[in-house]
Amino acid sequence: MTDHTILRVVSKFVLPYVLLFALYVQFHGDYGPGGGFQAGVIFAAGFVLYGMIYGLTAVRRVAPERVIEILIAVGVLIFAGTGVLTMLLGGNFLEYGVLTPAYPASGQHYGILVVELGVGVTVAAVIIAIYSTFAGRGRQ
Amino acid sequence: MTALLLTLLCATAVAVLRMRGLFAAVMLMGIFSFLGAGWMLLLDAPDVALTEAAVGAGISTILALATLALTTRKAKRPVRPSALPLAVVTITGAALLYGTLDMPRFGDPEAPASNYPQPSYVERTDHDIHIPNVVTAVLGSYRGYDTLGETVVIFTAGIAVLVLLRGSRKRRPAADGGEDAA
Repeated sequence: MTDHTILRVVSKFVLPYVLLFALYVQFHGDYGPGGGFQAGVIFAAGFVLYGMIYGLTAVRRVAPERVIEILIAVGVLIFAGTGVLTMLLGGNFLEYGVLTPAYPASGQHYGILVVELGVGVTVAAVIIAIYSTFAGRGRQ
Repeated sequence: MTALLLTLLCATAVAVLRMRGLFAAVMLMGIFSFLGAGWMLLLDAPDVALTEAAVGAGISTILALATLALTTRKAKRPVRPSALPLAVVTITGAALLYGTLDMPRFGDPEAPASNYPQPSYVERTDHDIHIPNVVTAVLGSYRGYDTLGETVVIFTAGIAVLVLLRGSRKRRPAADGGEDAA
């Protein structure tokens, strides 16, 4: 789509806000609607939009396939690692209260934020990876 | 408002069924998802509505369009109308409708979902976790195991799709042999 000037210019304007909105949904999920899953999808949608307008090569330059594949696992590791951390601190698996023993409610809050980040990373990486392999199939 | 949205949902579904042009059908499916998202918003479920709008209307449409780019934009004419699929769909639909007869009415205060656990997560969240969004509290903390399981499901599904899509593209004999040995 090299000749669609309007699409290229408009998408360049819109993209930062798509990514920013994804981060807002991610880290404001405890106060407003949203959370890791929705944020991951919106974040990936930004990359998909970029890929549709500027081509797959451009996306792979920003998000190399190797990195995305690693991030798929990193998200799950963040989630499960939080559980292991709470066990090491003497609590149950995913019992976030032990993160801040003096004030468990705040530990719960931190735990949810970290865990949602793990969900978001995995979801975004999976969708970017599926889109990029899917869209790349026709040209091999 | 709910009745209007549900009517539009049905109309869109019928339109998709009757459509021969697949591009328009994909677009209508996106509209269907958006209507569904609006309906969930009316039912006070903004978290689900956000998911439906992002996944159903956004990513699914993109993947369907990518499929169209690889295949064709026109649906094939059905070979001949057959009674069997219609019978299967009718019986399944009737069974599902029969199943809903036992369910509590929408918003019933006596329903198990409204009574268990005591005190409810809605009352406990403010004390336990200090965040206003109960959905996030349930997903992240009270039902943290389930959410971990869901994340692992997404992880597994993603890996499986990647293996399927890439497996047909390039075969590396060494890697195949290694997998057999494992």
